[in-house]
This record gives sequence, C-alpha cells and structure tokens, in this order.
Amino acid sequence: MKHTIKELEDIASQIRRDIVRMVHGCQSGHPGASLGCADFFTALYFEVLNHKTDFTMEGAGEDLFFLSNGHISPVWYSTLAHAGYFDKSELVTFRKLGSRLQGHPTTHEHLPGIRIASGSLGQGLSVAIGAALAKKLNGDQSHIFALLGDGELQEGQNWEAAMFAPFNKVDHLIASVDYNGQQIDGPTSKVLALDDLQAKFEAFGWHVINTDGNDMQAIVEGLHYAKTLTGKGKPILNLMSTQMGAGVDYMVGSHKWHGTAPNDEQLASALAQLPETLGDY
Amino acid sequence: MKKYTYTEKKDTRSGFGAGLHEAGKKNENVVALCADLVGSLKMDAFIKDFPERFTQVGIAEANMIGIAAGMTIGGKIPFTGTFANFSTGRVYDQIRQSVAYSNKNVKICASHAGLTLGEDGATHQILEDIGLMKMLPGMVVINPCDYNQTKAATMAIAEYEGPVYLRFGRPVIPVFTDPDQKFEIGKAWMVNEGTDVTIIATGHMVWKAIEAGEQLAELGIDAEIINIHTIKPLDDEAILKSVKKTGCVVTCEEHNKFGGLGESVARLLTTELPTPQEFVATNDTFGESGTPDQLMSKYGLDAVNIVEAVQKVIGRKKA
Repeated sequence: MKHTIKELEDIASQIRRDIVRMVHGCQSGHPGASLGCADFFTALYFEVLNHKTDFTMEGAGEDLFFLSNGHISPVWYSTLAHAGYFDKSELVTFRKLGSRLQGHPTTHEHLPGIRIASGSLGQGLSVAIGAALAKKLNGDQSHIFALLGDGELQEGQNWEAAMFAPFNKVDHLIASVDYNGQQIDGPTSKVLALDDLQAKFEAFGWHVINTDGNDMQAIVEGLHYAKTLTGKGKPILNLMSTQMGAGVDYMVGSHKWHGTAPNDEQLASALAQLPETLGDY
Repeated sequence: MKKYTYTEKKDTRSGFGAGLHEAGKKNENVVALCADLVGSLKMDAFIKDFPERFTQVGIAEANMIGIAAGMTIGGKIPFTGTFANFSTGRVYDQIRQSVAYSNKNVKICASHAGLTLGEDGATHQILEDIGLMKMLPGMVVINPCDYNQTKAATMAIAEYEGPVYLRFGRPVIPVFTDPDQKFEIGKAWMVNEGTDVTIIATGHMVWKAIEAGEQLAELGIDAEIINIHTIKPLDDEAILKSVKKTGCVVTCEEHNKFGGLGESVARLLTTELPTPQEFVATNDTFGESGTPDQLMSKYGLDAVNIVEAVQKVIGRKKA
C-alpha cells in the first residue's frame, strides 16, 4: 500500500468537496455519480494505477484508464489535479469558456490525463479494447482500466465490445461498472432494467468480481485482486455497487442529483459534511 | 482533348487492397480491421502477410471504430474496412466523438460506395457519405478514380497523421492513371487542359468525364477536366485558376448533389468567383436494384449527362 486507508479516504473527501464546488461554480454538471465514484477514482489513481503524471498520449509501459461515462468529469478532473497531472487551481475553470476542463472530457483541449473524448455514451469499452490490443502488439504488459456507467449499458455498442473482448482474449483489461441503479429518468429498474449483470457478462465470457465501490478498503482490495486475475485469457469485469451522491446526505441514492447543481445553501450543507483535507482549489 | 487509353479494367477496392498490403510492408504500425467483409474489401494479401496485425471484429461496426480509435493511442495506424454505408451513416457518432473530435489517426476505408454497388439496392448504396464525412471538422475526404490512384491514395494516407475517409467502389472500371503516381492529398490532377468549360469530377465519374470530353471535342467544345480526388481539403487554387479561364463549371460525382463535391465547389465559387455551375449528381434520391451501368444511366450519371450539363452551363455563361 502506498497510502493508508485513512489517507485515501481523506483524498476522497477533498475530491468530493471539489466536485460540489465545481458543479456549484458553473451551476451545471453531474454531481451524483461523480460523488459515487470518488472512492474508486482515489483508489485507482493513488493506489492501483501504474502511471506517470508526466503525461504522454501513448503511455508506453503505463496502465491506462478510460472513462466511458464522460459526464462524471468532475471526479476525474479533481483526481487528475490532486494526482499531479495539472494544477488544482485550474478546477475553477470547469465548464467555463476557454477551459481545458470541458463539460465532458476531451483530448481536443489537450488536458493531461485524457486520451479520448467521451460523453456520448457507450463508446469507452471499445476504445479501451483497442488500447489493449495495441499494447499487446507492442509487447507492453500494462493494464487497461475502464469505467462504465450502469445506465449506459443500455447502449448496444457495449455488448458488441462485451462479445469481442473474451473471444479475442483481451485479458489485460479491467472494466468497472458504476452500479448505482440510477439514470436521468429514474431508477434503471424502471427505465430499462439491467437485471443480472453478473450473469450477463459471465455468459459473454468475462471474469466478474463484485466490489463495494463506496468502501475504500474493499475497492482497493478489489482492484488489486482484479489485477491478479489478468493474463489468464479473460477480461475482468468489476461490478461495483455505489450510491449516487455518496458523501452528501441529501443527494444519496436519488437520480434527481444526476445532473443538478446545488444552490448556495445546499453547497454549504454539503461542504459541512466533507472535511477539507488537501486544501480547496 | 488529350487521349486516354486503358488496357485493363479493375475495381478500385482492389487498388485499396494492394495499397494496404504495400503500406503494411512499409510500416509495421499499420493495422487493419474488418467487419465481416474481408473478401469484399480485398484485404486478403494484408491478412496473409500480417495476420497478427489484422483484427476481425465481426458484424459490429460501432465497436470496430472504437477499437480503431483506441489502437491509435498505442501508436498504431488502423485502417477500418467495410461498405461505405456501414463505414459512415451507421457509425457517425462513433466517428464524430472517438475519431474526429478526439483527432485519432484512423483511416476509414469504405468500399461499395454509391449506385455502382448495384443489385443489393438502396439499403447498401449510400449517396450521402461524402457530405456526412466532410462536415466533420478535421476529416480528410478522398474519392480516387481508378485502381492505380486508389492504391497510391491508400499508401499516402498511411503516411498522413490524422483522420481520413477513403471512398472507393465495387465495379471494374478502366485503369488509366499512372501506376507509379505520387498521390498528394489535397492536390487536384489536371486531366485535360481546355478553355470553354471546367469539368470537375471525382471517383468513378472521372472516366465518364473523359468520355464526355471526347464527345464535346467532336462538338467543338474544348473542355478542361480536373480530377478532384480530395474533396476535403479542396484544392481551391486549382479550381479558381481553371474557372477564371473557362467561366463556367460542371461538377460530377456518384453522390447526392446535396452535400457532395458540387456543393463544396459552389461554396468556394460563391465566395471567391461567382460562376454558372451545373451538377451531375443524384438528385435527393435513394437508389434501387439494377446493374451498375443501368443505375448510372437511370440516375443521370453518364457521359451523355455531362455533355448536356456542359451545353447548358455554356449557354448560361453566354447569357
């Protein structure tokens, strides 16, 4: 372990503060699933990922991460800043004119840490597979990580990719699903049920593990365990249960905070629940 | 009229296959992907020599575009292959976000474009692909005219950094360009110098324009014929220089006149040098089943249609 669980939890708390402040600052964006994935991003970038903050597009010899559900950009931007990819003072520009921190992540403005645009859903798993195939051709044994939203699994391209990866033994790939059960129009169970995702991915030939995405110890252990499963002929799917809005009591578990910004009073309430551990931007 | 002859007929898709094979020999980063149409795309030689650099994705074009985009991150130069319809309209958003907006070095290679796909009918005969692709910021759009030019274009785009749409076709047509030509992206090819009218043609329509030029010469009309193989970026200079001399223009393409080469030329001329223009193109329609020749005739894409358009546009010039 590079950090103690307490240290990682402190980082996640700061990232959560950043998320609500960024979304409040431009009165737009997606706080719910950003908060829900703060523990995952912290574990990934501060504990699991073998990466350099001196960013190159190719990332030769490094683990790569791809975010498919690009709308949770606030959590990624804050994580990248605290990991050292760029200065955290830039977080204030989120979603503002001329910013590298676009509403959805993009390579277009050359923000270090981003390797593909995402936002239009369902495309990230294919891209991650492509990156994994290129690494294989290059004799690079590093890992490819991807995060997918659960709602975006309603996009058909995911299932093209899900069919491709096991058949072609893309086995240095660890895809996590942010299984919070919520989407814009309501619970996924009411909009278009995902049902038994474990059985579905296993039927396609994936090795599926389950983690609690809001328990730092569990997510760190789960991602380390996932790494031990690679190189054995199967891609890994981490079915990660999270709570939308985790860390802010009035946002927890509600699809209403998928894409709504807090007002001044709500911001104050959220920040009172989230200790400032690394200094606000 | 300069004399053009040919000794054989070949399909432009075979030019792609040969070019891909050559590009693969030259650069080990060239990789190929196909969505269950290896034979149609003539990828066999590449696959035989570089099996580890070929990815069969199955009938899953969206996944193919995403995988190709991802492979560029590891320094690969992916050539995706399927029919033009499935290369563009079916995967437009994947190309828009994962390739064009992300500025990935993917070569989208599209066979069976246009009416000359023939008997399969309108579901497969895309006539909108040039328009779709040229509207994407940063996308290069190329539609070569014969086997040799397609082979040269395929090799040239492997050396160009950035997203490219390469459009070619199914039928065998005359091979009349230089087998050792140097393909320059964005550079028009002067097929025939003339003074009375500028005929601008792309793809399969270039040979038709040559046939039309011969018929026009017999009528005493001296046609300048320009091959625009790169629709984007357009060779503004070559077009303006020619039109300044001739004072009228006919554009020829196996594509809907809405959104095609003709509109690109019209946009240029409207702002720089307003000029009478006629369009030889399909007119806001889908195709249908039939032989390639029957379809080109029925939808007004033959030499005779070019001759008529030239006579009409020259009349407008005089008026």
